[in-house]
Amino acid sequence: MATNIQNYELMVIFTPILSEEDFKAAQKKFTSIITENGGELVHENPWGLRSLAYPIEKKTTGLYTVIEYKAPTDVNSKVEIQLNRDENVMRFLLTKLDKFAVEYNTRKRNK
Amino acid sequence: MARNNDIKYLSSTRIENRQKKYSRFEKLGIKYIDYKDPEFLKKFLNEQGKILPRRITGTSLKYQRKLGHAIKKARQMAILPYVTDLLK
Repeated sequence: MATNIQNYELMVIFTPILSEEDFKAAQKKFTSIITENGGELVHENPWGLRSLAYPIEKKTTGLYTVIEYKAPTDVNSKVEIQLNRDENVMRFLLTKLDKFAVEYNTRKRNK
Repeated sequence: MARNNDIKYLSSTRIENRQKKYSRFEKLGIKYIDYKDPEFLKKFLNEQGKILPRRITGTSLKYQRKLGHAIKKARQMAILPYVTDLLK
């Protein structure tokens, strides 16, 4: 079946106890899953440590990262399985980007 | 017969003509409401962090729905609080 390529954006909050290289390793793990399954990374933007608006799992800060990628539609289920299984991940949000969103992100990056 | 200028009205007849509300998204040409920047979304929340209704902000239905989705995503990712006081 024709796997049409869609634009997605994944935002993940990791537990703040991760050290710097653990944080990078965790990011690398998810980006590698995407690229292995035929996805193509558009942009990776780690926000780093940031205070949460309300405590999650008794923690008031979290390591944020935003990954924007293009992928066929069947990659997301694999990414989600890994996200649910990984205990360093406190919360994640996977959104589909429509053409306005993609244009907004590119404009924001080039500015 | 009471002539027009004899009649004394209780309240002033000049009803203050309030400025016509406009949907800021159409005016500024914003097509996508990003859930990641809280400063922009806070303009549409009141002190308790609740979403302001359309009759106050004057946004059109299409953009109010997009706004609602963006705010709820931001709340889910702890960028915006669900309920707070003195948000501003």
